[in-house]
Amino acid sequence: MTAAADERTKADVLDLAREQVLERGEGLDEAQVLEVLALPDERIPELLALAHEVRMRWCGPEVEVEGIVSVKTGGCPEDCHFCSQSGQFTSPVRSAWLDIPGLVRAARETAATGASEFCIVAAVRGPDKRLMSQVRDGIKAIRADGNDIQIACSLGMLSQEQVDELVEMGVHRYNHNLETARSHFPSVVTTHSWEERWDTLRMVHAAGMEVCCGGIIGMGETVEQRAEFAVQLAELNPHEVPMNFLIPQPGTPYEGFDVVEGRDALRTIAAFRLALPRTILRFAGGRELTLGDLGAEQGMLGGINAIIVGNYLTNLGRPAQQDLDMLDELNMPIKALSETL
Amino acid sequence: MYCVHCGKPAAEGDHVRCVGARGAIEPPRFCPDCARRMVVQVTPSGWSARCSRHGDRTSYDSVSGLD
Repeated sequence: MTAAADERTKADVLDLAREQVLERGEGLDEAQVLEVLALPDERIPELLALAHEVRMRWCGPEVEVEGIVSVKTGGCPEDCHFCSQSGQFTSPVRSAWLDIPGLVRAARETAATGASEFCIVAAVRGPDKRLMSQVRDGIKAIRADGNDIQIACSLGMLSQEQVDELVEMGVHRYNHNLETARSHFPSVVTTHSWEERWDTLRMVHAAGMEVCCGGIIGMGETVEQRAEFAVQLAELNPHEVPMNFLIPQPGTPYEGFDVVEGRDALRTIAAFRLALPRTILRFAGGRELTLGDLGAEQGMLGGINAIIVGNYLTNLGRPAQQDLDMLDELNMPIKALSETL
Repeated sequence: MYCVHCGKPAAEGDHVRCVGARGAIEPPRFCPDCARRMVVQVTPSGWSARCSRHGDRTSYDSVSGLD
């Protein structure tokens, strides 16, 4: 059979996805995700439309809104090459601790946007007693403030004892990103392994907390490694996948990297949706730089069903109201806190 | 007067990475008065920055210097 004949008889990946993902709710496998990532630019609108249909079919129209804050910034001993908070690079980010009143204010600001999620984040390898104590006191203070927003944490790698402690504090979701494909991880981080992160995620899942695990697109991974990463996340079966796009941070090894091209970002979002039909897929850092305002809307109509509003950990985001207005214009209701409790 | 993003004199050199879309997502990192690195806390709706010599600034204040 000639290559042309082979091409004619080969089923189109979007036709396959319509039947497999949209109708049956079964995510694409690695080879299929790779095919999607290789689709030409002129098929992106068709791809985004299908990803949106899949999201609506298996997740519904609601959008989960979240705010995040860094409780401990900078001075991290790890060498994640994308991160301005590593103490190993010459980034201008200096160490800072957020006090309890500041944490309460941040949670209040987040709740005021209508968000149902508030994530407390620390730049650490894993939490020590001081940090665990700060988180415990912070959660108590947020509740004492009359704020019943759902609280998530992202505190690095955990021991079983720390997992149990977070469950006991009422932390309902834990974020720990695998960041990239297993095959690419050693070129991104050398101070710990992909498997160590995986171990924490399995403990979190086993303890009954919701697992939030995603990564960053644009760290020098190949398209094949993007497909690999999508199916590795699917294997983990997380409740939520935050999708970040690299912000080349001054002073980090990735300072000179190019920002992900908008069309590639949209293709990747849609491909991840087709690999993870039932998962919360959240717009996270870097979307402002990679996609701009128009691209953000296209992403919301291309598979995304959750969003971080306001600022990030060390970077600024769009004003929260701008995203809330966008959701309103797109007729996408914000998931109410009452539905998550 | 110093650039709050790179700490170099605001009126000299190349500040291509300090302005536009890139500058818009960066809080100030350097004191505009003395170029010391500041301790910066980003929160969901703003930021605060402390210079050991010139004190605190917040997103509610006006910060000059290529911001």
